[in-house]
Amino acid sequence: MTPERSQAVTDGQAFTDGEWHRLHPLTPLLRGGIAFIAILGFVLYNLRDIGIEILVGGEGGQPDPLIWLYESGYFWLAVLGVLVALVVVIVGYYLSWRMNTFRITDEVVEVRSGILFRRNRKGRLDRIQGINIARPFFARLFGAARLEVNVAGQDANIKLDYLGSTAADQLRVDILRLASGTRRAEAAAAAGVAEKNATDADGRPIARSAAASQLIETRMNEFLAPELDPGLAPPESVVTMHLGRLIGSLLLSGFSIFVLAFIGGIIWGVTATGSLIFLVGLLPALIGTSGYYISRFTRSLRYSIAGTPDGVRIGFGLLSTSNETLPPGRIHSVQVNQPLLWRKAGWWEIKVNRASTSSAQGAAGQQNTTILPVGNLDDVHKVLALVLPDLTDEASAALLHSGIVSRGGDDGFTNSPRRSRVYLWFSWRRNGFAMLPGAVLLRQGVIWRQLTIVPQARMQSVALQQGPVFRRLRLATVKLHTVAGPIVPSLGAVDSLQAEQFFRDVAAAAIRSSSIDTSHRWRSGEAPA
Amino acid sequence: MTARIDLPEVDWRRVSPRYIVVDVVGYIIFGLIVTAVPVVIALTTGVRWLWIAAAALAVVFLVTIVLTPRRVRAIGYQLRDDDVLFRKGILYQRFVSVPYGRMQLVDINRGPLARALGLSELKFVTAAAATGVVIPGLAEADAEELRDRLVALAESRRAGL
Repeated sequence: MTPERSQAVTDGQAFTDGEWHRLHPLTPLLRGGIAFIAILGFVLYNLRDIGIEILVGGEGGQPDPLIWLYESGYFWLAVLGVLVALVVVIVGYYLSWRMNTFRITDEVVEVRSGILFRRNRKGRLDRIQGINIARPFFARLFGAARLEVNVAGQDANIKLDYLGSTAADQLRVDILRLASGTRRAEAAAAAGVAEKNATDADGRPIARSAAASQLIETRMNEFLAPELDPGLAPPESVVTMHLGRLIGSLLLSGFSIFVLAFIGGIIWGVTATGSLIFLVGLLPALIGTSGYYISRFTRSLRYSIAGTPDGVRIGFGLLSTSNETLPPGRIHSVQVNQPLLWRKAGWWEIKVNRASTSSAQGAAGQQNTTILPVGNLDDVHKVLALVLPDLTDEASAALLHSGIVSRGGDDGFTNSPRRSRVYLWFSWRRNGFAMLPGAVLLRQGVIWRQLTIVPQARMQSVALQQGPVFRRLRLATVKLHTVAGPIVPSLGAVDSLQAEQFFRDVAAAAIRSSSIDTSHRWRSGEAPA
Repeated sequence: MTARIDLPEVDWRRVSPRYIVVDVVGYIIFGLIVTAVPVVIALTTGVRWLWIAAAALAVVFLVTIVLTPRRVRAIGYQLRDDDVLFRKGILYQRFVSVPYGRMQLVDINRGPLARALGLSELKFVTAAAATGVVIPGLAEADAEELRDRLVALAESRRAGL
């Protein structure tokens, strides 16, 4: 244990004092040293066999390169070489750990790393788009976690891997507090309270000198503890993920249809041609699909979402967990949609656009932008209330509700005119837009229903377009430009006069909202305590 | 009632008519290169139908070139109090409004021909890739003045992402 680390555990302010700190001492091991140790173990194991063979006398075994080496006289040279390589690797790991330091000041978070090629990365705290704490399975066993600070842009993550698990939680609270614009003195006081809660939540003060049994117990508690630290967030996730619903949503996906078609194709191939050659493709496909299902399943299991004063906190994962905080005003658009297969069950999915990309999520960054993998209408409303706290009054909630489920008509939305039915065969009654104070709502689709919500203060620009077909129909398209993501807010087939007016309104609203928006320093408006 | 979308309240500023020359010459060069490909292949291999492809390409480029003056005249912009309005297109019309506070950077580009004619192109970049506002055919002094003004405006109305 280094002094920095034990200090961090006992004193929450240690990491945010502006001084340089080191990462968790097991970092090299967790980052990839495991493989190295496995190889070493394998070599040692083989050497033992050979040693026995040499001592007891070989029983006519096949010529082994190592035995040949032993007999050739270069043996001790080879042993020396291996030892030197070992020392170099260990020293390298040690140095890379020594040289990897970070500091957090009132303004920036900064990381230095590298032995020969030095690298220095600095991120401004008021530009933080999200903080993610990931605990890969293996790191979790050792009570370590990876903290990742995301700022806007591709590959714009400041990674602190690895930190002690409790220290990482504490550091996130501190960084968010610094970023929120509260004054430093206040922050110190508040951090003190939070720190106390954190240790209380763990049930016992974390004494590193405690007996081994107690250490294991602490580790077990950490491992089994709910994703959300009860001291730092409301204890209840607003949405509970039901096992049956999760399995159902996975089975009722477009991917399942593809799998069924694939299996059908193979069966057809085998029965039609009578040759079993088609079965060759089956095994890799089977492994691939089950891998996909299992990873989706374990990731979405123990899903939780909760509001904290510093933003929405979303947790995922069974074995490897990840837990992300999105500060207020970092969500650039929200989309509620319902795949056709989920309609009968009444399930919905919620995605968001955000300015940063988190590397922690692995496969296709899927979970990163999907903040509700599957949920019923009730869950949808709860999650929307969390991510769009300004739209929780009754009128807004009613409009959101009709935006999600209404079949169209006179329900607060301005819908496409009747003449657009040649273009939108089924959904022209529902296809429409509405303005709320602070947000724009776009409602689309009657078969694949979706509602897109764009906070006006996050809109980058707005476009009005018309091509020759729409011109004949006196229709137009309105597009709202946000940062890149899975959602492209766009509404076609709007009456051209209404579209012109909508364009004017949205352009004016975007300017108005962004000029009064202070969410990059979300607590700066609060009266000092 | 006209079906064409329009914002009648806006007093559009148009780009320099000299930009027509730049665009036309650009399309002629590009069109010659593209149509030369099937022509050369047809001459060397003697495949007949490639001549039809070449002719079709030539027609497409001719129509584009003939329509260029109208297309350039359709480009317009206006600096309002808090945002830039931009329009372009005849067949496919597009209007964009970009608030000053959203501009991340302003680019000035000059091609060789445009430089000879004293023209510049101004490009606005926001955090959204789809914004895509490029005002071509501005007089060089105008472009630089416009850029400085826009940067100053963006600075005074700065907002986060």
